Amino acid sequence: MSDDALRPEIIQSPRGAQDFGVVEKPLTPFERLYNQAWLRKTCLIMLLALAWELYARHLDNELLVPTFSATVEAWWSAVVSGVLPARAWASLQVLAIGFGTGVTLAGILTVLAITTRIGTDFLETMTAMLNPLPAIALLPLALIWFGLGIGSLVFVLVHSVLWAVALNTHAGFRGVSQTLRMVGRNYGLSGLPLVVTILIPAAFPSILSGLKIGWAFAWRTLIAAELVFGVASGKGGLGWYIFESKNQLDIPEVFAGLLTIIMIGLLVENVVFRTIENRTVRRWGMQH
Amino acid sequence: MPLSPPLLDVRGVTLQYKTRDHLVTATYRVDFSVLRSDRFVLLGPSGCGKSTLLKAVGGYMAPIEGEILLKGQRVTKPGPDRMMVFQEFDQLLPWKTVRQNVAFALQTSGKLRGKAADDKAMQYIEKVHLTRFADAYPHTLSGGMKQRVAIARGMAMEPDILLMDEPFAALDALTRQRMQDELLSLWDETKFTVLFVTHSIAEAVKIGNRILLLSPHPGQVKAELNSAPRDVDPAIAAGLEARIHDMLFVDRVEEESHV
Repeated sequence: MSDDALRPEIIQSPRGAQDFGVVEKPLTPFERLYNQAWLRKTCLIMLLALAWELYARHLDNELLVPTFSATVEAWWSAVVSGVLPARAWASLQVLAIGFGTGVTLAGILTVLAITTRIGTDFLETMTAMLNPLPAIALLPLALIWFGLGIGSLVFVLVHSVLWAVALNTHAGFRGVSQTLRMVGRNYGLSGLPLVVTILIPAAFPSILSGLKIGWAFAWRTLIAAELVFGVASGKGGLGWYIFESKNQLDIPEVFAGLLTIIMIGLLVENVVFRTIENRTVRRWGMQH
Repeated sequence: MPLSPPLLDVRGVTLQYKTRDHLVTATYRVDFSVLRSDRFVLLGPSGCGKSTLLKAVGGYMAPIEGEILLKGQRVTKPGPDRMMVFQEFDQLLPWKTVRQNVAFALQTSGKLRGKAADDKAMQYIEKVHLTRFADAYPHTLSGGMKQRVAIARGMAMEPDILLMDEPFAALDALTRQRMQDELLSLWDETKFTVLFVTHSIAEAVKIGNRILLLSPHPGQVKAELNSAPRDVDPAIAAGLEARIHDMLFVDRVEEESHV
């Protein structure tokens, strides 16, 4: 005898909503606060600052590690006196020129690379050769070629930005699905219009992460270059500020300079790039 | 009844493509013609070159022999007069909403601009019952809804011929059936011409009014049949399905008996 005969069929109608205890219930205020990423991160930073303060007090040597409060004090007085904002502004100006030029060049190189085969070969060879070369290693040469001034700084910045951004952008373009390309061509698009309206938005997650890496490389290279050769065209940047303060053994000022670099980095990452991400790739569901 | 001149004429088309190690002949001297308002189905097992054939009609690849004529004009490159609906769900632009996806196609191809494109887009979005989702981004839609947007986009362009490459193959069985019914009722409204690729015999019989059977490796025309008329005795459709099944699989039985 088959088993089916032993098992009766079951037919039920679903219960009404009033039978359930909870269908939907708001989260508690603590759960809601804990879900805020910025709040969690701020708490982490405050914990780190506290650890710093305690350790520095325990060490009690201002020349090695000044306390967090002394650093904040030095930072505040340097901000009020206008020295630090001026130095930061000088650094950011050079950075903007170098980063902008690097990204533009990277854009041109990758567009060439996806439209022609020889362009691909060129980009691949150049990135393979030059990407591992530290920008600082080019600084002595840059000084000979462009002299003491913004020119040499921009040169090393472009070098540090260009290859990283180009590599990511190119990888992004190659990763665009064949279907999307065919859709674009189906609309009658080809050449540059296809790149602008289909490939760039489709590769935007990679382009954005390339820009982030390029930004970090540029920032590092700039500070390092300033530390090595100091003043660019009469007005120094943050690197120079740190170097100067160290020479005068103003260690809290050195820490204040480092703190400024960190703060600008956090600001750009969490405000500028985060806003772009939220408005683009996250909204489009291309990144979570 | 005199036949009107064919809308799409495929004459002796041989298609080849290169893989890394091989030169593959996908179809060999395929002939068929599609008349206006046909629901023409290319049916065959995998490897019969039906998708490659559709890509060639779409203008994505050139035949090495024979020619493809659309309204007497030779097909040389992709264009908005032959809108494609792909199988993949990622055919919608993820950075545009449903409405923008449909309107963008109309704008870039230069058919309509501004408000006119928007209105036309909404008109076709309504036809596929997605008005409520007009401002949603594609990643928030289900697979079936994405395919409906792709169909709305294709139809809004009012192309000479709509090319559909197994558009329902990646859907679950229940959704697929509903989409087939919706496609047929859309056809009843506008009588568009469609060239439809599938490997499902049941789908071919249900969707098509004319069915081209292709044999595999390389694809050659095995038969061109009239489909069972819609809304008649289901037994007729079942009979046709069985007949097609026998025609498609007779080779395999022979092959297997030789082994």
